Amino acid sequence: MTVSFLILAVITVGGTAAAMGLRNAVHCVLALTVGFAGVAALYLQLGAQFVGFTQIMVYVGAVAILAVFAIMMTHNPGLVERTVVSKHWLAGSVVAAAVFAVLASAIGRSAATLQQHSPQPVVTVQQIGDSLMHQYVLPLEIMGLLLTAALIGAVVIAMDRKEETK
Amino acid sequence: MSPLQGYLTLSALLFSIGLAGALTRRNAILVLIGIELMLNAANLNFIAFWRFGPHPAALTGIMFAIFSISVAAAEAAVGLAIILAAYRHSRTTDLDKMNSLKG
Amino acid sequence: MIWIVQNLWLIPALPILAAGIAALLKQRSRIAAASLAIGSMAFSFLLSLCAFAHVLLHPSAEPLVRNIPWFQFGNEWLKIGWMLDPLTAVMLVMVTFVGLLIFIYSTGYMEHDENFTRFFCFLALFAGAMLGVVIANSLLLLFMCWEIVGLTSYLLIGFWYFTPSAAAAAKKAFITTRIGDLGFLIGMVWLYAQSHTLLFYDAGAGCLEGRSLFHLVATTTVLGLTSASAIGILIFCGAAGKSGQVPLHVWLPDAMEGPTPVSALIHAATMVAAGVFLIARIFPLMYAYTVVKATNEPLSMLVIVPSPALHVVVWVGAITALFGATIAVAQYDIKRILAYSTVSQLGYMMMGLGVGGVSVGMFHLITHAFFKALLFLGAGSVIHGCAGEQDIRRMGGLRKYMPVTFAVYAIGMLALCGFPFFFSGFWSKDAILHAAHNWSVSQLPFYMGALGALLTAFYMTRQVCYVFFGSLRLPAAGHVAHSEPHSEDTDHHGAGTPHESPAVMTVPLMILAAFAILLGFFGTPAWPWFQSFLEGTQPAFSFAGFSEPGIIPVMLSSSLIVFLGLGLGWWFYYRQPIATADSPDAVGRLAPGAFSVLGHAYYIDALYGATLIRINTIWSRLCDWFDRFIWNGAVQTVSYLVLGVAWTDNFVDNYVVNTTFDGGCHTVSFGGRVLALLQGGRVQGYLRMIGVALIGLVIFLLWGAKA
Repeated sequence: MTVSFLILAVITVGGTAAAMGLRNAVHCVLALTVGFAGVAALYLQLGAQFVGFTQIMVYVGAVAILAVFAIMMTHNPGLVERTVVSKHWLAGSVVAAAVFAVLASAIGRSAATLQQHSPQPVVTVQQIGDSLMHQYVLPLEIMGLLLTAALIGAVVIAMDRKEETK
Repeated sequence: MSPLQGYLTLSALLFSIGLAGALTRRNAILVLIGIELMLNAANLNFIAFWRFGPHPAALTGIMFAIFSISVAAAEAAVGLAIILAAYRHSRTTDLDKMNSLKG
Repeated sequence: MIWIVQNLWLIPALPILAAGIAALLKQRSRIAAASLAIGSMAFSFLLSLCAFAHVLLHPSAEPLVRNIPWFQFGNEWLKIGWMLDPLTAVMLVMVTFVGLLIFIYSTGYMEHDENFTRFFCFLALFAGAMLGVVIANSLLLLFMCWEIVGLTSYLLIGFWYFTPSAAAAAKKAFITTRIGDLGFLIGMVWLYAQSHTLLFYDAGAGCLEGRSLFHLVATTTVLGLTSASAIGILIFCGAAGKSGQVPLHVWLPDAMEGPTPVSALIHAATMVAAGVFLIARIFPLMYAYTVVKATNEPLSMLVIVPSPALHVVVWVGAITALFGATIAVAQYDIKRILAYSTVSQLGYMMMGLGVGGVSVGMFHLITHAFFKALLFLGAGSVIHGCAGEQDIRRMGGLRKYMPVTFAVYAIGMLALCGFPFFFSGFWSKDAILHAAHNWSVSQLPFYMGALGALLTAFYMTRQVCYVFFGSLRLPAAGHVAHSEPHSEDTDHHGAGTPHESPAVMTVPLMILAAFAILLGFFGTPAWPWFQSFLEGTQPAFSFAGFSEPGIIPVMLSSSLIVFLGLGLGWWFYYRQPIATADSPDAVGRLAPGAFSVLGHAYYIDALYGATLIRINTIWSRLCDWFDRFIWNGAVQTVSYLVLGVAWTDNFVDNYVVNTTFDGGCHTVSFGGRVLALLQGGRVQGYLRMIGVALIGLVIFLLWGAKA
């Protein structure tokens, strides 16, 4: 439990909590970006640099921006006065708290408490590339297919069909 | 408390926060963001276990995380597209009002 | 000619076939209907002549019989068939001949009637049925044809059914004869029970043959009568109904509502004679009183041992003869006079059967058939010529306008009166009076018959004077009382001027008149051909027949009676001509009370109406009440029970079954509604449930791992 870990943890949790708690949706997304950045830093600390940078590129650079675009495109000024939370917010909060409690107790009782320090593994991009092309080539290809389908699907779904609107 | 435990607890906390947001927020996009958070928490779990796990040379954790990020990105794109389409239809992103498929 | 015996059945079958075909013809096919009827009747007449010739040439004591098995019930067979004996042959010839003449007459009389085809269909059916009665070989077959004859009489009396009086008369005729037929049926059933056969002659086993008669005479029943007499009296009830004997005579005068040819054929010549024929047919049963030997007896005997049945026949006949004659004196309708005259003459026939045997009664039946048919057809000619007028007060002086009709009518009238020597009525009535005079039991029937003869002459003279002599009292056109509304088209004839009838009507009259004269000579004592024919013996022509004891005095006295009657009629009705239609009757002026009673036929119809018919009405009302409240109540109770069951069923179904079922359904749908709450369509709710499930799973794993 180093200090850097604690600081990064605080940033991450703070960012995500703000993301889930703020009133204005754009503020939420901006806070979310901070949270994503915090997670990326944690990846870097754990020695998974590739994943960390991938995290920044994809999440911060694409998903968050996408979310901002979506929020802006669905902004309806006429429907402002409504509460931040939904009708059954209390039940949802209780469930979430219960989930954390259960998970935390599971973690607390597990053998992870006995883990000792081990040396940081060194991972090169070459290794990751090799692994992608040899061991994980099938998931890679499926991933490509999935992304293509998602791309086309998203375009089709979000397409503005003027002739069909009432 | 070992480092692994710390990371796991952090990831559980992130997961719960994401879940709480997904369960309580009214805006559909924010629910989607909550789900992204939950995915991130799971990724963190994977990487933590890779770092402190028995076989880091197998790169399993990293692979899993990479694929998870890809899938999450694709799913975010499609999900937001759906929300856009639903918004176009019902002029609102309020999930409480979107409880019926009948339009 | 044995083939005639084989084919005797054709005689009634041909007219019935003609009737069947005529029934299917349209009303327009008049010529077809008339030719069918007349043609079939002519054929039957020829066949009857063949049968007559056969019997004439082959006299035998036994009748020729053909019994054909018909159907079996139990161990016994019912046989159908026919028989031929002198009685049958004579009756066949008479019925077919008179029928044929009347058929020909009807073509002229009914020419303007629109129901011409139906008339001939019924006439042919009647002829067939009557011939069936004549040749029937068993009492059952005779009864069947008897009933058909009654039916056709009903149809023909009510021929103009749209007239209420005609419809009522037809009903009255049918019901009155039915009452007589009840006795007939009881007698028949009793006879069958005693002798186990209804066949007349069956090679020794028939009910009129020795063995059966022996058995019937040996057993006695109520009032000390033998079974034979009792059965005979019962069967006589049927004959009394059909032949209009007192007290069942009431239908005959009303039957004059039918067309005149019907009155002539049915109610003068043939149907009413069927009763007399029936008694003649079962005569062995009627007179069997002494112990009969086991051989077959001949049909008629000159010396009759009077049995109680025959006593009844004689007394009823005598009363009827006098009764009818008294009433006829005071009637004004031309056909009613003849109707009551028929009643009276039928009484004479019955009396003759009773006192003198089959030949005496049958001779009068044959001669009466001819002259009464002649008189009726002549009356029809008069009515036709007077354009429907039937009241004799409104006729008069028709001698000048209808000479042929007058001539033949006079012949018929004299025959009916019994004018001596030339006319057949004299010989036949004289035979009856002679036999009555010789009757061992009492002389009263003779005196009654004599008085009746006097009255017959009187009222016939009255009628002839009213109708043919004096001045014409027929009213002008438009005031004619339409008694036969549809018999002719009054526009055709010059109203107010009577005219002679066409040849198709007068020629049959002349033929009948010839026979009214000639037939008498077949039954004189000098040459008793008729009697011998019926008995199966050879007649001998000898004037010695006149020297039999009692014949000459009776002949003289009957002639005297006739002249007296004619003279009285001349005194009252010819010397002072009747001035107008409204002037009172000559006799009526003398004794208005008695005349009025006679005019209303002793008020017997009113008596029947007040007693029997009232009892019948009360009884029918009682039965109606019974039916309405008792039987109906029972039925209604059952139906209410059923309704109650149905209502209970409905109740159970509604409140028990439905509730259970509906309750079950409601529970299911309630459960469904509850379960549907799970699917709110809210995504966050689903996610919540996943969260809860996750919690649950982890707890389970944790505790499971721990355990």
